[in-house]
Amino acid sequence: MEIASQQVESHLHPKPSFDVADFPMPTGREEVWRFAPLPRFAELLTEPPTDFADIQMTLQAPVGVTLSTLGVGVGVRGSVLLPVDRVSVLAAKVSQARHIRIADAVRLTEPIVITVTGKGERAAEHIVIESGVASEAIIVVEHRGSAVFCGNIEVVVKDAAKITVVSVQDWAPDALHGGMHAAAVGTDAQYRHVMMTFGGDAVRIQNSVYYTGSGGNAELYGLYFADAGQYQEHRLSVDQNAAHTTSYVDYRGALQGKGAHTVWVGDVFIRRQAVGISSYEANKNLVLTDGCRADSVPNLEIETGNIKGAGHSSTTGRFDDNQLFYLMSRGLSSSEAKRLVIQGFFYDIIRRIGIAELEERLKTHVDAELAKTIDRAETSLCPPPLPEQLRHEAPQPQIEKQE
Amino acid sequence: MADLIIRGLHADVLTEEGSKPILKGVDLTAKTGEIHAIMGPNGSGKSTLAYAISGHPKYRITAGSVTLDGVELSTLSVDQRAKAGLFLGMQYPVEVPGVSMANFLRTAKTALDGVAPKVRSWPKEINAALELVGLDATFGARSVNEGFSGGEKKRAEIAQLHILNPMFAILDEIDSGLDIDAVREVAEGINTYAAQGDRGVLLITHYTRILRYTKPDFVHVFVDGKVVQEGGQELADLLEVAGYERFTRGHA
Ligand SMILES: Nc1ncnc2c1ncn2[C@@H]1O[C@H](COP(=O)(O)OP(=O)(O)OP(=O)(O)O)[C@@H](O)[C@H]1O
Ligand SMILES: [Mg+2]
Repeated sequence: MEIASQQVESHLHPKPSFDVADFPMPTGREEVWRFAPLPRFAELLTEPPTDFADIQMTLQAPVGVTLSTLGVGVGVRGSVLLPVDRVSVLAAKVSQARHIRIADAVRLTEPIVITVTGKGERAAEHIVIESGVASEAIIVVEHRGSAVFCGNIEVVVKDAAKITVVSVQDWAPDALHGGMHAAAVGTDAQYRHVMMTFGGDAVRIQNSVYYTGSGGNAELYGLYFADAGQYQEHRLSVDQNAAHTTSYVDYRGALQGKGAHTVWVGDVFIRRQAVGISSYEANKNLVLTDGCRADSVPNLEIETGNIKGAGHSSTTGRFDDNQLFYLMSRGLSSSEAKRLVIQGFFYDIIRRIGIAELEERLKTHVDAELAKTIDRAETSLCPPPLPEQLRHEAPQPQIEKQE
Repeated sequence: MADLIIRGLHADVLTEEGSKPILKGVDLTAKTGEIHAIMGPNGSGKSTLAYAISGHPKYRITAGSVTLDGVELSTLSVDQRAKAGLFLGMQYPVEVPGVSMANFLRTAKTALDGVAPKVRSWPKEINAALELVGLDATFGARSVNEGFSGGEKKRAEIAQLHILNPMFAILDEIDSGLDIDAVREVAEGINTYAAQGDRGVLLITHYTRILRYTKPDFVHVFVDGKVVQEGGQELADLLEVAGYERFTRGHA
C-alpha cells in the first residue's frame, strides 16, 4: 500500500484517485486525452445513473484457483490499481469485482480463460487477479460482442510468481472500450502482459506496472490492427521504482484504411532508488495504406544514472520493398507477400512469449484478423503490374541509451 | 527449353536524386543445359542486371528485351517472372522476421505450382534440401534469413533453388562469404540442379574457385554495363592472372 500510494508523481500523469469528481468530463485539452476523439467516447465517459448493465462473462478455471467477488476496498482490491482517468475510476466503482486467487506455489498448466461478451449495452468490470507466492498462471481475457465497456484488470504478482495476463479486444465493430490494467510485481517475480487489440470502434486502455520488491521482471507486449475508422490508444506506464528490476515493452501495430488511427504512449519512469535496472521500450507501426495516422510517443524519465541500461525506439513506416521483392521473386503475389510480412511482424512478438500453447492461440487470432482485413482489402485493390517505386520511408529508430 | 535471351538491355537504378543509367546494352544468350558465368569489376552492373531481369522496383528497364523460354519478362510483375521460371539467388538475401522458412517456402511452392505441396512428404523435402547444402533441420523453423550467418544465407538460397526447382537460376555472388568447404558444397548443389539437363544457370562471381567445380560452358566479361567479351573457362583463368585492366582501359 505504501509503495502504491507513492506511485506516479511524474508530471506526465494526473494524480490517481478513486473519486469520479477528481476526473471531470475531459475537454480534450488534458494531456492524457489529447489524442482521443472525445465525441466518440462520450457514452463511455458519462456517469451512469445506476449501476452498470450486466455483461455475459464465462470463466474456466482449473483446480487451485479460487473464484469469488470483492467489494470496493475489500482485500487487495484498490491496492494496486489506482485510477488515473475517468473511465478507469468508473470501472473501479463496480460494486463487486471478480476475484481470481491462485494459491501459493500452485502452478497451473491450463490457462484461466475469461470471456467477456457484450450484449450491446453499457457495462463495466473490475477483475482482480491475486497470485500466490511462487505461483504460475496464464490468464486470458477475451472481449467480444458489442458494448460500451469500462474494464479494469488489477494484478498482484507475489514474490517469485510467474503470471501472464492476456487481454484480447476482439469486439464487434461498434464497441467502445476504455479502462486500465495495473500490476504490482513482487520480488523476483515475472509478469507478462499481452495486449491484442483488433476489434471495436474505439479502444483506449491504460496499462501500468510498478514493483513491490527488487529483481522483478515485467514484459509488456502489444499487437494492434486498426482498420478504416478504428481508433486504438494504448498507454503504457512503467514505474521502475525498485532496484535490479527489468522492464521490456514492445508494441506493434498495423494500420489500414481511411481514418485508421492508433496512439501509443510509453512512459517509463526510473526512480532514484532503482539502481541496476534495465529497461527498454519499443513501438513499431506498419502503415499499409494512405489516410492512416499512427501517433507514437515514448517518454523516458530517469532519476538515477546508476542503471544497466534504458532505451526506447519508435518507428513508423511502410512496407520494406526489399522484403516484398524477395518474397515475390519466389513466386508470391504482391498480396501474399504483404500478408506474410504483416503476419511475420506480429508473429515476431508472439514468439517472444515462450509458451507454445498460448502462442498458437494468439497466432490464430492474428490469422483470423488478417483473413478479415488483408484478404478483403486486397481483393478490392486493382493489382498493378508493379508499383513504380515502393516508397520506403521507415526512419531509423531513435534510440536513447544511458549507461 | 529454358533459354534466357537478353538483347540490347538498358536499365536505370532509381535513386533519391533520380534515375541513373547502369546497363548500357547487354547482349547475352544462355541456353538450356548450359552453365554461364559473368565476371566483372565492382560496380560494373552485374547485380543491376540480375535485379532488372527479376523486376526489383528500384530498377527500371528502359530499352531492350529479356525473354525466358520465349516469354518477355520486362513487362511482367516480379511474381509473374518467378512463375515464368526465373529464380534469383541474391547477393544479399533479405531477412523477414517472424516468417518461418518452412511457411515461406510452402507459400512459394503453392504459388508456383498452383497446388499446395503434399503435407506428408513436404517436411522431408525441406529437410533434404537443407541437408544437401549443409544446413540442419532447425533452419526450417527459423525466420527467413534472420540471424543466418553470411554463408548460411547463401546456402539457404541454394536450398530454395532445389525446393522451388525453377527453369532458370541467376545466382549473384552465391560464393561470396563462403568458407572453402561451403564453396564446394554450394557448387555441388548447383551441379545437381543443372544436371537435370533442362535447366539454365547464370552465375555471377568474382572467383574462379567456384568455376572449377561448376565448370561453366561460357564466361562473359561484364564491364561498364555491358558484356565486352565471351569465352570458355580459360577466360576466367586469364582474368585471374591479368585482371580487368585491358577491358576497363578507356572506360571510367
Ligand atoms: N541507389 C543508388 N544510387 C546511386 N548509385 C547506385 C545506386 N544503386 C546502385 N548504384 C550504382 O550502380 C552501379 C552498379 O551496381 P551493381 O550493384 O550492379 O554492381 P556489381 O557489378 O554487382 O558490383 P559488385 O561486384 O560490387 O557486386 C554501382 O556503381 C552502384 O554504385
Ligand atoms: Mg553485385
